[in-house]
Amino acid sequence: MQFNFTKYSRVYYIVSGVLIIATIFSLFMFGLKFGIEFVGGSNMEITFQSQRPSNEEIQSALNSLNIGEITIQPIGGNGAILKFKGVDEATHQQILVEINKVAPSAEKSFQYIGPSIGQELRNKTELAIVLALLAITLYIAFAFRKVSRPVSSWKYGIASLIALFHDVLIPIGVFSILGHLYNVEITIPIIAALLTVLGFSVHDTIVIFDRIRENIFRRGMDEFEDTVNWSLNQTLGRSLSTVFSTLIVLIAIYFFGGETLQYFSLALIIGITSGAYSSIFLAGPLLVSWYKWSAGKELKNTLKR
Amino acid sequence: MQQKYYIFIGVIVLALLAGIFSYPNYFNKGVDFLNSKMSWTLPHFPEKQFVLGLDLQGGVSLVYQADLTDIADPAGAMSGLRDVIERRVNMFGVSEPVVQIQGQDRLIVELPGVTDVQQAIQMIGQTPYLEFDEQRTAEESQPVLDKIKEIQDAQAKGEDITKIDNWQLALENPYFKPTELTGKYLTKATVAFDQTTYKPEVQLQFNDDGAKLFEEITARNIQKPIAIFLDGASIIDTNGDGKIDGQDLYAPVVQDKITGGKAVISGGTMTNQVANSIASRLNSGALPVKIGAPISQETIGPTLGSVSLQKSLIAGLYGLLAVVIFMVLFYRFPGLLASVALVIYVALVLSIFKLIPVTLTLAGIGGFVLSIGMAVDANILIFARMKEEIKAGRSLSGAIDEGFKRAWPSIRDSNFNSLIVCAILFFVATSFIKGFAFTLALGILVSLFSAIFITRIFLQVFVGKWVEKAKWLL
Repeated sequence: MQFNFTKYSRVYYIVSGVLIIATIFSLFMFGLKFGIEFVGGSNMEITFQSQRPSNEEIQSALNSLNIGEITIQPIGGNGAILKFKGVDEATHQQILVEINKVAPSAEKSFQYIGPSIGQELRNKTELAIVLALLAITLYIAFAFRKVSRPVSSWKYGIASLIALFHDVLIPIGVFSILGHLYNVEITIPIIAALLTVLGFSVHDTIVIFDRIRENIFRRGMDEFEDTVNWSLNQTLGRSLSTVFSTLIVLIAIYFFGGETLQYFSLALIIGITSGAYSSIFLAGPLLVSWYKWSAGKELKNTLKR
Repeated sequence: MQQKYYIFIGVIVLALLAGIFSYPNYFNKGVDFLNSKMSWTLPHFPEKQFVLGLDLQGGVSLVYQADLTDIADPAGAMSGLRDVIERRVNMFGVSEPVVQIQGQDRLIVELPGVTDVQQAIQMIGQTPYLEFDEQRTAEESQPVLDKIKEIQDAQAKGEDITKIDNWQLALENPYFKPTELTGKYLTKATVAFDQTTYKPEVQLQFNDDGAKLFEEITARNIQKPIAIFLDGASIIDTNGDGKIDGQDLYAPVVQDKITGGKAVISGGTMTNQVANSIASRLNSGALPVKIGAPISQETIGPTLGSVSLQKSLIAGLYGLLAVVIFMVLFYRFPGLLASVALVIYVALVLSIFKLIPVTLTLAGIGGFVLSIGMAVDANILIFARMKEEIKAGRSLSGAIDEGFKRAWPSIRDSNFNSLIVCAILFFVATSFIKGFAFTLALGILVSLFSAIFITRIFLQVFVGKWVEKAKWLL
């Protein structure tokens, strides 16, 4: 059975377009909540020996210490994560004493990030993202340098870049909404996950483009649309298998890997699913649409003459 | 026998070695069992532990920023700072602490297993403790020596030394006891040169109270040595072996009582540089460079660490199992072979983690588990190609060769891309991402070996004429 992928390309464009617009909308409305590693501050995880006291009780116990705004998030059976501004070690110890007065508890972890480190991390992360995008585009353009007809090599690069943006934007959108609803923060593990999505998504797209390249050499360059469709059908089984085998591992991490890796795997799950979608339904059809569009323009030009 | 069988046997031996190396418990138990039953003396397989990061074993990580303004030799000052803090941290009794310079002016201190952050921070940032000790009398020395012997005996028997009465006494120096004179009476330290020998020496100037104390101490210790300690260790390398340890003792003999509050530290193998560093450590009131409070701190409780480790390993195991089931269901016999290759892959990567050794963090394990899912991608590409070629009417062995040949460019391009991303992450980003990028990159490289080389040998060895009769297996 052959599936005509390019026939409904408009539908796919609309689906992706809506998702991307929703993401941008959510970014403007809610923005992103960055973790303390990017903005500086303190993050403390404690478990209470028995019942967890209410947020108000904890809050009022710490009022006297003058540590500003405190976010308290319940976690697990009787644990809590407290987030507040950066404090020195003495204040940290005082906080522990005050909390222990409310209810006996033990500190599981404490993290303090100074403002200068936060700024530095932001810069480094930005640099990493820009470099990764640049390197991937260059590599694709290089890998497809021998394919110039009927679609030139840089167009493969642009098409996969569009697919890349799509795959990174959608998880960012989801995290923007999760941040608004459940205070989920963009932390370093999530950035690492998004960058891996970059690699993985381009992985998928390359396999498909490789097949297109091979089929162009084999079948000649007539009927570009058919070639793309044919290639997509040939690679479909592989694309689905790969995504599936990666997703089951990630789902195992999500459910059994503990809290720290949970959002990390969620970002990967969303990104890789969206990557599979974009490499099948976006990257190939985009090449075809582009080809048709420029062919149409050429035709018009010849007609004018 | 054909060459492929030799290679096959080589792969199996490698796999067994890697497997036993990553988890030697059962093998060594088996050796013990055989040895006891047959009275053999087979050796154990060498055991090597995984190196766990702070987030998995619990501990404290501190980042300090040094104030390098007005410092002529920043690199030298930083390495001096590292040495001093390393000494202090070692005195803290931490196993395998890490003290390293990051960039130009950062110092990272990692203390595995430490939970008392406050004490650690105080210890690291404290002013150097300069003390002048006088000799103990023989009667005074004896209790300390006895206690040390008692502790050593208890340790030899494996008993808990903290149960012994007054065990702290054994930590004291048996031959010297502290006087009231300490670094807090010091007004300044300068480097000067001896008038006759032209050797460098450190001159100390005490304030009025200190001068009085010094006069009293020297008066009652004429013809006896006074030992000078800085942070609990000798102030100079007296035996000239290049390091300051318990073998060194700087204890000049007092010739006469000294008035005016001036003392001189000289002798040993004191070079200009050493004299300068001692003087500047004493002068700066603390460390060679000011560091202040840590700019970043992370404390992980020991239970959180071990729970994280356990959970991530369980997730990895389930993930591996799920991938194996999936591969066998979808790709049948080749899938089974690929699954065996995948298990070998896991053993190989774990062995490399132990060999290098790679410090395993939660992120690193995450990257590794993810790589298990991605490692079969190359196999999937190859098998899909093989199926196509068989459909197109090729012979079995022809289809295997063609499958590998045609899938290679895609495998190369896509993995190369992932490696680029890993390299960028590794060089640009923070330690968390570094751990992740490193294990992922290592996983990609090893998976290329296992998915292409090992699976291919397996296919060549196991797929023969018999499969023609059981085509459903492919």
